Amino acid sequence: MTAEIGQILLIFAGLAALFQGVFPFLGASLRDAALMRAARRAAVAQFALVLGAFCALAYAHATSDFSVRNVFENSHTAKPFIYKLTGVWGNHEGSMLLWSLILAAFGAAAALFGRQSALAARALGVQGLIAVAFVAFIVFTSNPFLRLFPQPADGQDLNPLLQDPGLAVHPPFLYLGYVGFSMTFAFAVAGLISGRIDEAWARETRPWAIAAWVFLTIGIALGSWWAYYELGWGGFWAWDPVENASFMPWLAGTALIHSIRALEVRGAFRAWTALLAILSFSLSLIGTFLVRSGVLTSVHAFATDPARGLFILFILGGFIGGALALFAVRGPNLRSSTGFEPVSREGGLLANNMIMVAACATVFIGTFYPLFIDVATGERLSVGAPYFNAVFPPFMAAALAILSPAASLAWKKGSVKDAMRRLAPAAATAAAIATLAAWFAWPKSVAAALGIGLAVWAGAGAISDLAVRVRLFERYAGARLANLPRSYVAMIIGHVGFAIVAIGVIGAGALKSETIVYAREGDTVSVGGFDARLLSVTEARGPNYESEISAFEVSRGGKLLSTLHAERRFYPVRGMQTTEAAIASDLTGDLYLTIGDYNVERGWVVRAWRHPLTIWMWIGAGLIALGGTIGVIGERRRAPVRRAGAAEAISA
Amino acid sequence: MKRLVFLIPVLAFAVMAIWFAQGLDRDPRYIPSMLINQPAPEFNLQPIDGRDEAFTSRDLKGEVSMVNIFGSWCASCEIEHPVLMSIAREGVAPIYGLDWKDRPGAGAQWLMARGDPYAKIGDDAEGRVAIDFGVTGAPETFVVDKEGRVRHKHVGPISEDDWRNVLKPMIEDLKSAPPSY
Repeated sequence: MTAEIGQILLIFAGLAALFQGVFPFLGASLRDAALMRAARRAAVAQFALVLGAFCALAYAHATSDFSVRNVFENSHTAKPFIYKLTGVWGNHEGSMLLWSLILAAFGAAAALFGRQSALAARALGVQGLIAVAFVAFIVFTSNPFLRLFPQPADGQDLNPLLQDPGLAVHPPFLYLGYVGFSMTFAFAVAGLISGRIDEAWARETRPWAIAAWVFLTIGIALGSWWAYYELGWGGFWAWDPVENASFMPWLAGTALIHSIRALEVRGAFRAWTALLAILSFSLSLIGTFLVRSGVLTSVHAFATDPARGLFILFILGGFIGGALALFAVRGPNLRSSTGFEPVSREGGLLANNMIMVAACATVFIGTFYPLFIDVATGERLSVGAPYFNAVFPPFMAAALAILSPAASLAWKKGSVKDAMRRLAPAAATAAAIATLAAWFAWPKSVAAALGIGLAVWAGAGAISDLAVRVRLFERYAGARLANLPRSYVAMIIGHVGFAIVAIGVIGAGALKSETIVYAREGDTVSVGGFDARLLSVTEARGPNYESEISAFEVSRGGKLLSTLHAERRFYPVRGMQTTEAAIASDLTGDLYLTIGDYNVERGWVVRAWRHPLTIWMWIGAGLIALGGTIGVIGERRRAPVRRAGAAEAISA
Repeated sequence: MKRLVFLIPVLAFAVMAIWFAQGLDRDPRYIPSMLINQPAPEFNLQPIDGRDEAFTSRDLKGEVSMVNIFGSWCASCEIEHPVLMSIAREGVAPIYGLDWKDRPGAGAQWLMARGDPYAKIGDDAEGRVAIDFGVTGAPETFVVDKEGRVRHKHVGPISEDDWRNVLKPMIEDLKSAPPSY
């Protein structure tokens, strides 16, 4: 019964979304507050209905109801309970339902807590239309509630790579990011319709943009962490099409949260910000499209079906095409209210935007080039990591180089001299560290050493700017620190986080060392100054897998450090093998061990990596997310509830 | 003039949408294999329990054939099995089996219960040969031409449709093609 209940709730959710998508536009143009209020109720109702449908599916998964096809295909009685729950979104149909649930949640949040302006009403309407499209997509092409007759005795199990705590939380965060950009998209469309993309618009939209961007940051970091410890190939980022699909909206979103600040404070970059808001969500949609339709092959593409692809193409065409057409018509009327000097905060933000958008375009070209070539010539090729590794770092180097000076300049007209005064300590520190690093790395990894110098320049620059601003070494510095605007604190933490991520990436990517050997029990594998002695390999049984667990005794310079366990699992139902890497982390970096096949003559294949500084990647990502969170909270508290003249206030 | 600049995004998107639409009918499961048009890897496998003929890479030369990766533990192989049986009855080309990562005797027992479509079967308990073939999962099937070169890789169970519309026509083509020494 639950599957049928879920089905019915989902259909009703579609109807509620239809109301949510129609009433606000009517209400806003007729200036009818009752209609707009009805739309807000529809948004809340839609959320409740989708939540109900989602719970129905979760119940079917939790109780292993194999008469439901979706459960049969992705679950198994022997699967641990927690993965029965996370298995709800470990498949195409369920993940689309999660997508819709998050979309409805954002809509309901905007309806309940957002401001009640014509702008917000229209934005809610756009949200509703997106929801209609996605519910229809689920019901017509990806229905998770279909039954199977006769009922099979047991299920086919979830892809074992997805049976992992990292993967349990990675998709929800990623989707919170993707779908979060639907809010900024909706506000951009609403703003273009009413012809108002101004400071008030930016004030209303910016918290949504930052919130979505924070979720996406966390989602990408979690995915990268999962790939690092679960896939066992010793890397954290493979430039796989689906990784790129999540990275492109992040880059566009990064540009957006910077340009929207210039719009909020100075009224600059109106059309450009609207375009970025549309682009961020468009790239999120294309990311979804990329995974679902199978236009690009990827390890992530767990559902591929041309009928779905066509449907999604219509969704893309409708929303992206529609929004961009609206932009083409209304965009030229948006004029920035003031000019600014090239040497100013606005100028710096513009430089940031140029770099982020260019980097995004580079990833886009690399990701879609194979598809374009295939369509044009029928030739199959893949653009691998070498392209991205050659092309992408210069952009990030440029971003690191300009970060501190740009952030230190004043609005409207900045002074180079003043910025230099603030940043002198950072420049000295960075130069010293770069020289020292180059000395150690000479001649093999000089580029990496310079990269670390640039990252230190960016991070130390942010801290130095803060120190000068609060006059850290004078009296009452603590009080001044506590009274800093939240948006400033958010910026500093975010920038320091970005610099730290860069250091981690350089360490794990460019400075790593690696070795592959055959080893028997008692043999020692050495990498990066560490020695790992293979103690034993034993067989064990998990709930739905068989495994070989190896024990390594790790020492450095003769000093015993710890015992690590690398594991190889075999999931018989799917016939798949997974690698559970053994990782020892500290602040200087990771030691990473995996064990492979056994050869009667030579022993076990053991791969060992030393990844210097890797842990800083996750710490930095955490700081970025923290900075963003402070930005959202700060703005919400500082923004007045209603400001006459700032928004078209509607008297109820 | 300024208005034209604002038209660029929507036009760029239109071009891309057309491209995407054309990309849709591409077979997404088609994975470019390094092995395509390359000689099949060299191997020499022991027969599985209850069969005496070993399966080696020499068997793949001289005749168009298929190499099917299976295992008694593999659920999708169960689905594929009846199709393989009917292919074997048609007798268009021999199917060689690679019993992948099976316990000793399990593969033989599995076939005894269901019927045996294979001309010869190699026991790849360690999975070494499957790695050389670039196998990503079971079942997987390779079409090998007369010269022993891999010409096609089919991922997942072969359905009746796959056989009728893709594999069989391809094998008949390969059979009628003159040897290209």
